[in-house]
Amino acid sequence: MSTTATEQSKQVPAGTESAIKGGEFLIRESEAKDVFIPEEWSEEQKMIAQTCHDFLEQEIYPRLEEIDSMEHPELMPSLLDKAGELGLLGTSVPERYDGFGMNFNTSMLVAEVLGAGHSFAVAISAHTGIGTLPILYYGNEEQKQKYLPKLATGEYKAAYCLTEPDSGSDANSGKTKAVLTDDGKHYVINGQKMWITNGGFADLFIVFAKIDDDKNLSAFIVEKEFGGITMNEEEKKMGIKGSSTRQIFFNDCKVPAENLLSERGNGFKIAVNILNIGRIKLGVAAIGACKAVTSRAVNYANERKQFGQSISNFGAIKHKIAQMATKTYVSESAHYRAGQNIDDAYDSLLEQGMDPAKARLKSVEEFAIECAILKVHGSEVLDFVTDEGVQIYGGMGYSAEGPMDRAYRDARINRIFEGTNEINRMLSIDMLMKRALKGSLDLMSPAMAVQKELMSIPDFGAEEEEGLFATEKKALRNLKKAGLMVAGAAVQKFMQKLGEEQEILMNLADMLIEGYVAESALLRTEKLAGMKGEENIKPQIDMTRIYLYEAIEKASNAGKQAIYAFAEGDEQRMMLMGLKRFTKLQPYNLKEARRRVADFVISKNEYPF
Amino acid sequence: MKILVCITHVPDTTSRIAFTENNTKFDSNGIQYIIGPYDDYALARAVELKEETGGSITVLNVGTQETEPTIRKALAIGADEAIRVNAEPVDSFFVAKQIAAVAGEGQYDMILMGRESIDFNGGMVHGMVGELLGIPSLSPVMTLELDGNQATMTREIEGGKETLQLNTPFVAGCQEPIAEWKIPNMRGIMSARTKPLNVIEPAEDGTATKLEKFELPPAKGDVKMIDADNVGELVQLLKNEAKVL
Ligand SMILES: Cc1cc2nc3c(=O)[nH]c(=O)nc-3n(C[C@H](O)[C@H](O)[C@H](O)COP(=O)(O)OP(=O)(O)OC[C@H]3O[C@@H](n4cnc5c(N)ncnc54)[C@H](O)[C@@H]3O)c2cc1C
Repeated sequence: MSTTATEQSKQVPAGTESAIKGGEFLIRESEAKDVFIPEEWSEEQKMIAQTCHDFLEQEIYPRLEEIDSMEHPELMPSLLDKAGELGLLGTSVPERYDGFGMNFNTSMLVAEVLGAGHSFAVAISAHTGIGTLPILYYGNEEQKQKYLPKLATGEYKAAYCLTEPDSGSDANSGKTKAVLTDDGKHYVINGQKMWITNGGFADLFIVFAKIDDDKNLSAFIVEKEFGGITMNEEEKKMGIKGSSTRQIFFNDCKVPAENLLSERGNGFKIAVNILNIGRIKLGVAAIGACKAVTSRAVNYANERKQFGQSISNFGAIKHKIAQMATKTYVSESAHYRAGQNIDDAYDSLLEQGMDPAKARLKSVEEFAIECAILKVHGSEVLDFVTDEGVQIYGGMGYSAEGPMDRAYRDARINRIFEGTNEINRMLSIDMLMKRALKGSLDLMSPAMAVQKELMSIPDFGAEEEEGLFATEKKALRNLKKAGLMVAGAAVQKFMQKLGEEQEILMNLADMLIEGYVAESALLRTEKLAGMKGEENIKPQIDMTRIYLYEAIEKASNAGKQAIYAFAEGDEQRMMLMGLKRFTKLQPYNLKEARRRVADFVISKNEYPF
Repeated sequence: MKILVCITHVPDTTSRIAFTENNTKFDSNGIQYIIGPYDDYALARAVELKEETGGSITVLNVGTQETEPTIRKALAIGADEAIRVNAEPVDSFFVAKQIAAVAGEGQYDMILMGRESIDFNGGMVHGMVGELLGIPSLSPVMTLELDGNQATMTREIEGGKETLQLNTPFVAGCQEPIAEWKIPNMRGIMSARTKPLNVIEPAEDGTATKLEKFELPPAKGDVKMIDADNVGELVQLLKNEAKVL
């Protein structure tokens, strides 16, 4: 008997002492048996994914041109209605508000598959994510009862209004104002919002504004019906052209006082926490797009003949195909690993008696570092994959009538919204440091241990471990040590001023990201080997090794740049030696490994993992 | 209205086909299975008829346990219950016998299925079932309307269409545009797990054929381009090389 989506998160014992904390991966090893891998989707989850695929095939792909032309403004909301009829708008909404109460990883799976839907993907993710979740997680019972059923079915379409012309990355600096009327019954909102997804057709806006002269934002549920809302024409954009993006003006927009969300001054917290969820979902949606693009590109490479043969016979093309598949596989592994961690944390908080909405938020907040990492990694893998997709298509890749043009343009936004990748890189390190300072994450002792190890004579592999990935695991442990070493030294050097050394923060973030995703792939493949036998997962084993190799080289390079930037003389020499020791790699024939991966993908004529 | 919908469990239409064991066995490694596309039309129409007139839908599949995900998909789409006849569907006659046995017990008003499966494309089962049960069978049915016990169907025939009326019960092999494929919705998917899926043993063995081997279609040969002016050369090649003249 297969398990259901809601039961599944309980398979892994949650809330036990051993549950991993957010960010803890840096200092603690996980075991393969404790991670969730996509090969474990239940039959029901697969069916849900198939429904999303079928929906794209039937409703979206035949209309991509029409959607992007924006000639029929009613088209996108009507497609959202159709998704609503299938229940796709309510996956995260509990059943008592007419949703389906799926666990987090299942809602990730839906986001992944729909992520290949171009402009539609952006519309549906804004509606179900940043549009719906603020009410789900911060609304009071009346607000939930009033709005969630309408949002879950699609009767109301939602938008999220945080950004302003002068307040983008610096989101708490918005100027939009809310003033309570004398009778205390309404807030009157005035201000201007920018880049608002779904703005053109939304019935409901989550609006962030400052009450009176507050320092902090508050959040409001604003219905279009309240009046006082006007907007500019659609923005002309590089990609996702069919996604509505508007500037919105609030002119004496009268909002009933009971539509204040959560408490006064809580808006920034809401914005940040909702974005946490948005980030990991954005990352996984990018992975969905990666799979679609890779499948198309492989198919094209098989069909297209030059010099009397399929271009997929050429080593240069095989290299690309292998890289596209490898990065996608690795990133996917990390996304669902984190998703399951979030589900497990949620279950354990529920068991401790926490309210479900609070538990959901807390569990995501716990893994906010991972969410930031995954937003960056997913969006950058997608840019890599679409870029190589264009290249494999050659001239046809550059044609506005081929599929790669749209994929390439649409991919680019992902590095910008939901917090730019620069902001997310810095956030990941910032959060890590804060947790270390607060004592919730003990980075100090492992960092000291690494320093001590640096002073000692290296062990030349006296105790060799055995088993699949024994060497790789050691390399991964060392990779983390390298990160701890550089980060530890940078903190000692700059103390509170580290935040001003953004270039170094970027280097540290890269080391952190690479360590996390490479480890996730390794754990996935190791677990998979246990399930299916090494013989049957050779391409996955190759991909894991290929990626680990690249991750270490990338981390080594980032570490070097950081060390050059802040250490000198003996200290520098010592750290460089340490870095070398911790990022040492045995020669490995990457070319042959990539060929094997590519040949497998080519034989399947699609992304097969 | 009691409707029996017979579904096949077949490889996705985009699958790459290969064989193993000396070309006697289909290589199912990595193959995604779906409800036969024509059966899917039949099921979609059954769901619509149920919405219009009430009643119940039973899906039937003759297959081994691995077909159950496909069967549950049919439940998610809107069937009320399912029966799996626990046997390898060895040939059309065997499958028809199983269907007839189930139908004989169930008092169904109509038995719908695809015009043909898309693996072996026999297109014979509906006819055999009709014969075994002694009721009319029609295929390929493109529209199906009901008025009480009377059904009006249009069917594709050589060079045109014919419209027929007949009373229930009957067997129909369906094809588009009888209905649009239905995508299972979340509610359907979640309720599928609570709907009954009964497994029964096959009625009696009775295969009429034996499989010798599979063969892939020959790879496309090279194309020789002949200049339009050289008709003589073309004739020579057709005579001596292609040996078709
Ligand atoms: C198509 C689209 C849809 C969008 N949808 C929505 C929506 O629905 N709701 C909504 O509220 N917003 C939305 N946005 C806004 C989006 O979130 C912002 O554009 C984004 O946060 C960046 O803000 P900005 O454009 O003001 O850029 P800026 O903040 O001006 O950034 C410009 C550059 O400076 C860098 N930078 C900024 N601050 C720092 C710093 N402290 N340190 C280092 N580098 C820094 C950035 O990384 C970036 O490279 C959307 C944007 C687009 C383009």
